[in-house]
Amino acid sequence: MKVLVAVKRVIDFNVKVRVKADKTGVETANVKMSMNPFDEIGVEEAIRLKEAGIATEIIAVSLGVAQCQETIRTALAMGADRGILVQSDAELQPLAVAKLLKAIVEKEKPELCILGKQAIDDDCNQTGQMLAALLGWAQGTFASKVKREGDRLLVTREVDGGLETVKLKLPAVVTTDLRLNEPRYASLPNIMKAKKKPIETLTPEQLGVDVAPRLVTLKVEEPPKRQGGRKVASVAELVDKLRNEARVI
Amino acid sequence: MTTYKAPLRDYRFVLEELFDGAALARLPGYEEATADTIRAVLEEGARLCEEVLFPLNRPGDEEGCAYENGVVRTPKGFKEAYRTFCAGGWTALACDPAYGGQGLPHTVNFCLEEMISSTNLSFGMYPGLSHGAYRALLLHGSDEQKQRYLPRLVDGSWSGTMCLTEPHCGTDLGLIRTRAEPAEGAYKISGTKIFISAGEHDLTENILHLVLARLPDAPAGTRGISLFLVPKFLPGADGGIGARNGVRCGSIEHKMGIKASATCVMNFDEATGFLVGKPHGGMRAMFSMMNSARLGVALQGLGLGETAYQSARAYAAERLQGRSLSGPKAKDKPADPLIVHPDIRRMLLIMKAQNEAARALAAWIGIHIDIAEKHPDPAEREAAEDLVALMTPILKSQFTDGGFAVANLGVQIMGGHGYIREQGMEQLVRDARITQIYEGANGIQALDLVGRKLPMHNGRLLRRFFHPAERFIAAHKDDPALQEFVLPFAKAFGKLQQATVLVAQRGMRDPEEAGAAASDYLRLFALTAFAFMWARMATVSLPKLGGDEAWFYKGKLATARFFMNRMLPETSSLLTIISAGAKPLMALEAEAF
Ligand SMILES: Cc1cc2nc3c(=O)[nH]c(=O)nc-3n(C[C@H](O)[C@H](O)[C@H](O)COP(=O)(O)OP(=O)(O)OC[C@H]3O[C@@H](n4cnc5c(N)ncnc54)[C@H](O)[C@@H]3O)c2cc1C
Repeated sequence: MKVLVAVKRVIDFNVKVRVKADKTGVETANVKMSMNPFDEIGVEEAIRLKEAGIATEIIAVSLGVAQCQETIRTALAMGADRGILVQSDAELQPLAVAKLLKAIVEKEKPELCILGKQAIDDDCNQTGQMLAALLGWAQGTFASKVKREGDRLLVTREVDGGLETVKLKLPAVVTTDLRLNEPRYASLPNIMKAKKKPIETLTPEQLGVDVAPRLVTLKVEEPPKRQGGRKVASVAELVDKLRNEARVI
Repeated sequence: MTTYKAPLRDYRFVLEELFDGAALARLPGYEEATADTIRAVLEEGARLCEEVLFPLNRPGDEEGCAYENGVVRTPKGFKEAYRTFCAGGWTALACDPAYGGQGLPHTVNFCLEEMISSTNLSFGMYPGLSHGAYRALLLHGSDEQKQRYLPRLVDGSWSGTMCLTEPHCGTDLGLIRTRAEPAEGAYKISGTKIFISAGEHDLTENILHLVLARLPDAPAGTRGISLFLVPKFLPGADGGIGARNGVRCGSIEHKMGIKASATCVMNFDEATGFLVGKPHGGMRAMFSMMNSARLGVALQGLGLGETAYQSARAYAAERLQGRSLSGPKAKDKPADPLIVHPDIRRMLLIMKAQNEAARALAAWIGIHIDIAEKHPDPAEREAAEDLVALMTPILKSQFTDGGFAVANLGVQIMGGHGYIREQGMEQLVRDARITQIYEGANGIQALDLVGRKLPMHNGRLLRRFFHPAERFIAAHKDDPALQEFVLPFAKAFGKLQQATVLVAQRGMRDPEEAGAAASDYLRLFALTAFAFMWARMATVSLPKLGGDEAWFYKGKLATARFFMNRMLPETSSLLTIISAGAKPLMALEAEAF
């Protein structure tokens, strides 16, 4: 089966993110960008499905500025077969991304879409669910295990109470959780091969999708500085503080 | 804590802005090595070094290698890391595609070697020695030997060693005693080698020892040495491993640094060996791969220096101690960070200036190694080869003396916290110390420069540095914006020319004069070469101050100014010392010491 993996270009997880002085967003100039770690897990899972003889072709899709090419190349170097870039300098919100992905799904007809459960920049945790809804497909979110059984997909999900396994009819959307797998390092031969793999560039207009933002960001602020802890002398004082100062009990 | 992020931005600067790295992809055989491929390769290599090798560095130092009954165990995690390293194809990076290599330029491998040394020098020794063995076989092995052994070294499933040193014989290889007796189309090798890096370990299924030994009819001295290949397991009929050969590890050394690299006593007891190259041609074979091994050690010095710098910089930005002499800078804190203090800045800038000049010089020489190997025009190849030969002893000494000095400054910046093991900084000092000794102690490098490289082909090698330096000075000395960089460089270059004449004239009359001047002359040359690099880096950076990455180019210019004003003046005292000649050194009778 054909597998489509969505890969987002985000600020590298090692970077200490700074809020812009005018509070309109975060600083991205001269900041190291990488593939969203959950998407890396998605690419790895697709490659494992291919190695197991289940997936036949892996298409890595990224949406955003021209430099998203690099993110696609990373996926190709890991082992994806080809890439699609939907190029746009606009702010792409989850709904727009889901609509664009739907348009690509209709064009490419994959049987499985793998997305990260969320992107570490905006932490929305929406795109996979929206895509499944728009397509009318089954969805297995927060996957920590994926297994194919005949024409079904068994997805073990990480939920608050523990693990839940759902059986999905294909085609389906799966979003990855941290424990699904440990992504591989790209090998040197694959990095070299990645250069020759094709990347198709499309635009939202070509796909007939209106990507205009539906949400407005009012202001971005740093989280409040953590206050230093205090020692309490007795349990009674602790209870008193929890009740009257912190107001949590 | 030590911290390390690969200097990818600086690699891009030297490969794409300072030098014409794109020229690499124009060399036949390197068509694939475009700038974006090189970037992608270095980015992934950086990830591997940062995430896999670096975390093993300090535990590897604490645990060290263990020896029991001829078996050597590397520290925990090394085997898995080695497997990941080989699976990624990193052992094959600059190897010949005919034997499974990736055929990327040596320049790219230089960057990788630096990153490996930054993150885990001990680990790097194992693939490093294999690469040395690979080069020796590639250049001197028979076709049959190459077919049989090279693919194994390239994919990392077998490793290699270089067995030169014996208990009574280090620098002076003419003293080698290990014997080789012809037997059944091969040879029986007997003798003891010491200090053999990666001589025995648990990372690979087989180890290929390249051994210098004497044939029965060998003339005395270095003219009577031959090179042999002695596998730990003889190759089996299927190409895999066969019978165990008569070579065993007798013990491993307990040493100052690179503790996770096994330094072995190797006993050869009528071990089967195969001649590599011609009888008595061992020294020639060794010399032809010496440049690459020595440059590898140079990069070790640079790599350690980079980690020391990054770690000290992070510490100096965070550690609060004392107030700035010009009034408090961190008013909301009880004290200012160390980085406000002039003396801390002095140390940090020495570290930065040394590392970045070394990285630029390494790239310049790396590109010439690639030209020497691949350029279609023989004249270009010869010119490039000359420059590499000339600069090799300079890079080996300057980068390793510099790496040690830089690591030592790192300890100083961290104070007592640098001295205790837990922080990892003192390990860098201990690890760096060996780089000044092996692959030809630095004093020997200086003799190589003065005694071999200067007179070679009537000074032709020297001109390969002098001419581009003269051209650069002529082209830029009248540009007012560049004078603060070009003029100090030109002055240092003048001193180097003066010293060269002095050393050549006096050395001709009395070789001891050359020997007495050698180390200081090498240092003078190295500082001048660094000045050349800083002047060129300034030239490239000046026009870019307005752009997005102004912070980067400002850093380059400030460091260039620091180098010109506060490091390069050492050339004056070096010239004075060289002029003093051998007399003050040789006057004291040996008994009077
Ligand atoms: C950790 C470690 C790993 C090593 N790995 C290997 C390896 O893999 N394979 C291998 O074969 N060897 C290896 N060596 C050996 C190393 O290359 C030698 O130690 C080095 O060549 C110096 O030899 P030596 O120790 O006998 O010192 P010596 O040759 O005795 O030299 C002592 C000092 O005298 C100086 N000196 C010697 N001769 C002269 C001269 N003519 N003029 C001026 N000064 C001179 C030297 O510069 C040095 O400072 C290793 C050593 C160590 C410690």
